[in-house]
Amino acid sequence: MGLLENKFQDNVVVASLDKILGWARSTSPWYFQFGLACCAIEMMASAASRHDLERIGMMPRSSPRQADVMIVAGTVTMKMALRVKKLYEQMADPKYVISMGSCATSGGPYWQHGYHVLKGVDLVVPVDVYVPGCPPRPEALIEGLLKLQEKIQTERPLTRKLA
Amino acid sequence: MTFNEVKEALSDQFPGSVIQNDDLPEGQIEINSENWLEVATFMKTDPKLSFDQLECITGVDTGDDGPLQSHYNFHSMEHRHKVEIVINHDRKEPKVASIEQVWRIGDWFERETFDMFGIVYEGHRDLRRILCPDDWEGWPLRKDYETQESFHGILVPKIKEEEGWE
Repeated sequence: MGLLENKFQDNVVVASLDKILGWARSTSPWYFQFGLACCAIEMMASAASRHDLERIGMMPRSSPRQADVMIVAGTVTMKMALRVKKLYEQMADPKYVISMGSCATSGGPYWQHGYHVLKGVDLVVPVDVYVPGCPPRPEALIEGLLKLQEKIQTERPLTRKLA
Repeated sequence: MTFNEVKEALSDQFPGSVIQNDDLPEGQIEINSENWLEVATFMKTDPKLSFDQLECITGVDTGDDGPLQSHYNFHSMEHRHKVEIVINHDRKEPKVASIEQVWRIGDWFERETFDMFGIVYEGHRDLRRILCPDDWEGWPLRKDYETQESFHGILVPKIKEEEGWE
């Protein structure tokens, strides 16, 4: 898609193609299998048979090269922050980030005395959806993922953006 | 052996190394840092003491101008007695002999105490930080620790307890 992206003016033909592309992208965002703390347990629970993320087209990938969504599940330490950034940079476009739980969103319980904790993963990578909770239940994560899918659907990848 | 017997055995073997300190709680012995390696080797090899297990090494910051301390917990599987050794360090230049080659587990324990308190274990073959990144500034568990302002360009917001966000 790289060659065609953001190349066309807004017109009828591109509008419909854009919708199809948005729909296709939104219904199979593969996520990066990557957990940092207790939120990762809930992420695993979401992927396991009871909640089964694959029914909404989400499938864990072990490599950032194959993943579309990075779920930052857990406390991001300063040491890990550099690696999170690197992993994000290794993902292919289009890429999305979900900040799962209060640690990834704001530092959580470490926001005051955690000298080693990054106060929100949005300081290093752009975040699309924040999922609150400590840790969020699988239902909450799934809600966040559905919100992300809605967001992806409204994107118009081919249309040139107005400056 | 009871605790007092262990203490006597140590002070008989190394007169001057065991420091009489009545403030210490039961079970702790303060040792002079000068010949700590010999004392430690004796504790491991002497058949009556036979401290074959080093359970933990941790640091203590006694605050303000007080000394930094290393605490060592030893246990003997053979005789089932245990003891805690306390060594005081000068705050400006905290250093003590490494016992990493006596008890191998001391390797990581000493690295962790070095990482958190900046106590230098002389003779340790690989004294690097173990938890914090290699280029971290300061010793986090010291009482006078100040969080660094930024780390690789990432801003570290400082929060003061009374005033809120800075």
